[in-house]
Amino acid sequence: MPAREQEIFDRKIEEEIRIEPKDWMPADYRRMLIRQMSQHAHSEIVGMLPEGNWITRAPSLRRKATLIAKVQDEAGHGLYLYSATETLGITRDEMIEQLHAGMAKYSSIFNYPTLTWADIGAIGWLVDGAAIMNQVPLCRASYGPYARAMIRICKEESFHQRQGFEILLTLSRGSEAQKAMCQDAINRWWWPSLMMFGPNDDASPNSRLSMHWKIKRFSNDELRQKFVDACVDQVKTLNMLLPDSEIKWNENREHYDFGEINWEEFYEVIKGNGPCNRDRLEARKKAHAEGAWVREAAAAFAAKKNDSTKHLMYGSHTTS
Amino acid sequence: MDLISTYIIHQADNALILGHRNSEWTGHGPVLEQDIAISNIALDLIGQARYFYQLAAARINESAPGGNITEDDIAYLRDDFEFRNCILAEQENGDWARTLLRQFYFSTYQLLLYQELLKSRDPGIAGICGKSVKETIYHVKWSSEWVIRLGDGTEESRTRMVEAMQTLNPWIPELFIPADFEYEAAATGAGILPDTLKDEWYHRVNRVLESATLPTLLSGKNPLQILSGKRGVHSEHLGHLLAEMQFLQRAYPGCSW
Amino acid sequence: MEAIPPRENWPLWEVFIRARQGLDHKHAGSLHAADAQMAIENARDVYTRRNEGISIWVVESRYIHASSPAESGSFYDPANDKVYRHPGFYHLPDELKNM
Repeated sequence: MPAREQEIFDRKIEEEIRIEPKDWMPADYRRMLIRQMSQHAHSEIVGMLPEGNWITRAPSLRRKATLIAKVQDEAGHGLYLYSATETLGITRDEMIEQLHAGMAKYSSIFNYPTLTWADIGAIGWLVDGAAIMNQVPLCRASYGPYARAMIRICKEESFHQRQGFEILLTLSRGSEAQKAMCQDAINRWWWPSLMMFGPNDDASPNSRLSMHWKIKRFSNDELRQKFVDACVDQVKTLNMLLPDSEIKWNENREHYDFGEINWEEFYEVIKGNGPCNRDRLEARKKAHAEGAWVREAAAAFAAKKNDSTKHLMYGSHTTS
Repeated sequence: MDLISTYIIHQADNALILGHRNSEWTGHGPVLEQDIAISNIALDLIGQARYFYQLAAARINESAPGGNITEDDIAYLRDDFEFRNCILAEQENGDWARTLLRQFYFSTYQLLLYQELLKSRDPGIAGICGKSVKETIYHVKWSSEWVIRLGDGTEESRTRMVEAMQTLNPWIPELFIPADFEYEAAATGAGILPDTLKDEWYHRVNRVLESATLPTLLSGKNPLQILSGKRGVHSEHLGHLLAEMQFLQRAYPGCSW
Repeated sequence: MEAIPPRENWPLWEVFIRARQGLDHKHAGSLHAADAQMAIENARDVYTRRNEGISIWVVESRYIHASSPAESGSFYDPANDKVYRHPGFYHLPDELKNM
């Protein structure tokens, strides 16, 4: 009977002591972590695709270099998160299989297309902005490896939002065509960004449990409100508009009111009927399938070399 | 434009086009860790290209009163026949074997070249090479190890490496055939004649190919040169690369981004 | 010799990074690699993209043996009693520097 273990676990959660991989934990806690963390990792990896879409078309050498660096960071973040999830007893290959089989979710936002260069700016400002709102509290998540991965990620991610905003700012001060491009991208990315926070609190049972276990710290609606409040101010610097006529300061709540999200669209995109769901998954599957012979060859070569010499530990001084 | 500026732009074009090709892998690598690795090399190369373009732009602006061209003008507003990169750099990625082999061939060449250019009489060139040598040492190491792994890995990986060699080997001689700007650079001490690197290049490449149990290369006579990237006569691949890369600058002329 | 054909799954490695000369190597995270050399290079690309380190150690995760948390009472409690092992136990005059 895990009664005593359960008691210790509950006390740790209560006293803000991190749970570590080898500690006893309720099966549901483990399941919820695997679900949330792998979903988070998949989002980083699938998220490379819409932005990667513009690497070869970036309009200047500086933009090209910073976009590669950003998309590469996302690969790194996916890797940190996959590694952290592996401490829960699932392998990266299993997680990737789940993704490819359509059994694992990733953030729905990446099922929207990047149609113009301004979309790269809008993703940085809105999508990364929303992600940061979600992620900063996760640095205190009750599961140690998750919290540590998030600390690393948040530290690295701070430049992403600034980079996106700078792209939009440049467009907003440019030619008429650039201004139109900028407004169009904001129009298309605003609502999907609000959807990134998930369903309303009363429609999100997982969210309540996650908060109880101190994986999540704030509710979906709390974070969404915080995001809206921040963006309403920031959009003024861009001299652009948010595509919601209902945005209005509410004296009583001391927050901005905003319009109703199209929840039908939200659930349809989650179900796989968004504009790019199929393309994104195909691209991931293709990369994985075409990489199979590479992974096999490297493993075969390592096995050959290992037959004669077997070392336990290796060291190196890096050149950079 | 003076030939030394062309010499510098030639170095920049090589780095940009190869870096651009590598960046096509970002998000599509065979495994997450290698996606990050190839993107890193793309970043190094694009960084090198920027330094060379900036140096060339400064030279050109100095010689033309009131001139204010930028690195982006050079990269984004020239046509196919004005690019001076070697044809090897613009070859399509193909599979991981071809990408890796292209990197190995090219990095080995760049390393030998940059090491010589540390002694360039042009302090700008010597300075850029000082920084780039360190990066390139790593590119050579990384790509050599992959060539060995794939050559000596499985039947399939070996077959793919042999195919990659067949595709890329025809573009090796161009690296070592001097163009007018290279003669000029060598004469002024700003640069060197690339044929002086040839023997060492074949020596180093063959050593790795041997470890990879792959067929080694013969440095025979220079073949008939119908195409020459250094003279601006490229393969068909470069035009498509540029059409994609330059699209925004061409569609919206005169804008800041 | 085992007859199992090599799989395409690469083993997991733990990465330790020395941030500066004079510091210990610290656990940075993990990654997958086919061999040690690749693991070191991957670690360089993944964990030192922002100059976080000057030296890297990698070790295959399966060679790491960990103490069991269930025994953590008997493992760590005795040391907790020995506060004299911690420098804060000793009250020294403030003017004393560098100790």
